Amino acid sequence: MAWLGVVPFLAFIVAFLLWPAASIVVRSFLDQQGRLTLQNIADLSQPFIVSSYIYTIELSAVTAAVGGLFGLLLAYAITVGGLPSWARAGLLGFSGVASNFAGIPLAFAFIATLGQLGLVTQWLKGMGVSLYPAFSLYSFWGLAITYVYFQIPLMVLIMAPALDAMRRDWREAAEGLGATGWQYWRFVGLPILLPAILGTMALLFGNAFGAHATAFALTGGGSQSSVVTILIGAQISSDALANPGLGNALALGMIVIMTITIGLYSWLQRLSERWK
Amino acid sequence: MKRASFWPWLWLALGAAYFIIPLAATMQFSLQAKRGTLGFTAYANIFRDGNFFSSFAFSFQTAMATILISVLLIVPTAYWVQLRLPQARRLIELLTLLPFVVPAVVLVFSLARTYNGTPLTNSREGLRVLLTGAYVVLSFPYMYRSVDTGLRAINVRALTEAAQILGAGWPTILLRVILPNVLLSVLSGAFITFAIVMGEFTIASLLAQPAFGPYISLLSSSKVYEPSALAVVSFALTWASIGLIQFLSRGTPGQGQMAGPR
Repeated sequence: MAWLGVVPFLAFIVAFLLWPAASIVVRSFLDQQGRLTLQNIADLSQPFIVSSYIYTIELSAVTAAVGGLFGLLLAYAITVGGLPSWARAGLLGFSGVASNFAGIPLAFAFIATLGQLGLVTQWLKGMGVSLYPAFSLYSFWGLAITYVYFQIPLMVLIMAPALDAMRRDWREAAEGLGATGWQYWRFVGLPILLPAILGTMALLFGNAFGAHATAFALTGGGSQSSVVTILIGAQISSDALANPGLGNALALGMIVIMTITIGLYSWLQRLSERWK
Repeated sequence: MKRASFWPWLWLALGAAYFIIPLAATMQFSLQAKRGTLGFTAYANIFRDGNFFSSFAFSFQTAMATILISVLLIVPTAYWVQLRLPQARRLIELLTLLPFVVPAVVLVFSLARTYNGTPLTNSREGLRVLLTGAYVVLSFPYMYRSVDTGLRAINVRALTEAAQILGAGWPTILLRVILPNVLLSVLSGAFITFAIVMGEFTIASLLAQPAFGPYISLLSSSKVYEPSALAVVSFALTWASIGLIQFLSRGTPGQGQMAGPR
């Protein structure tokens, strides 16, 4: 009887998330006549789909690694690094905002910075360095630089508490045994933090992998080599592949990759809690 | 605490440059609509545009509806799980986190495909229901986490029993006893939901809804400086929402979470 109390919530999430998602998963294995088939999954091996998945995975991995590494350095700077409290409060406050500042406005901010007419582009031109055409904001690296803007803050927000939780006595014990600062980090600090660092990077990977609006605003949604989310989006507005089954399989592929990513994240998260 | 050496300052300086330059560039871009001078022409143009207000109002109303439905679903559910159904906690928690596994574009794709041919996709009202429903789902991770944390900080059982002894029914208990005690949590969930809905592009545009996100995007195809002005407005909106949350929850550290409209 007590379960009756959660029925409204369950009904809502079934109607607006579970049922639609499950139906897409099931339909990935059905042909147009509703018979069981693996053809849609096999069709994913078409070169332009494979290259789109690879492109998206590379973009997500690069931005997770770069954003994760730099976010870690920033989190280190405001915690163990001993920067004054105004810097800590400022960076954490800003990160809270910036991790939510993405999509179309973020793309515009980078167009105003590194686009053809952007501030930095013009500024560099004045110094005799022309970014274009060697660099383009609408290319892989342009997207990567933009994505990192929402990756770093997320890393800072998650890693700062983890670094705060590093126990002082560990460091003192290491130093008492004659360890240098580098040795402490190499043999004590980093091994303890590693699951948390890798787990958060997995989260950043998923964060970039699911991104759509930012890439859409930068590439216009029509680029040949493009992220998977844009391919899926194009399936809604017009059945661009002229094959509904393939669209379902594309979405299934995203769900599978996201499930692996988030699973990895929660596994590493549990590992890192051993030390608490 | 030891004094910071050279390296932490260098990381902070690099970070500050990377974060501030794009904002400054957007700001400057938005102010140079009139050649050679800085001024608010781009902003004036936006505020003269009727579509600005209608799309803003559309998203604002959608945000309010989303928050209302999300609160009505999450507060009683989290309360009930705490009071009577602790064995369901893991399941409910897992369900609220699903939006991280199903990206917005896959969510809207599934909704559009699954309900294709029903009144939900055939009519203007139906599409708006789908849009709001999808936003409510997106709000779950934040709303549930915030409300659940709030509920854990109060003694739900004692409050409920005290209210029952005094003769209160369920609606009174929820509305006049529990809700006021977790109001701050509800508000912080509400503000983050507001920020997400106001900036959301993917779902709104793929459902062809006249929302604020698609409006900003559309404007960029015809205008040069106005989109930057809108980006500034949008950033200010996010800043205000998140700033309010941080103000309301002083003392509790910022929470990292995959967020919002990517």
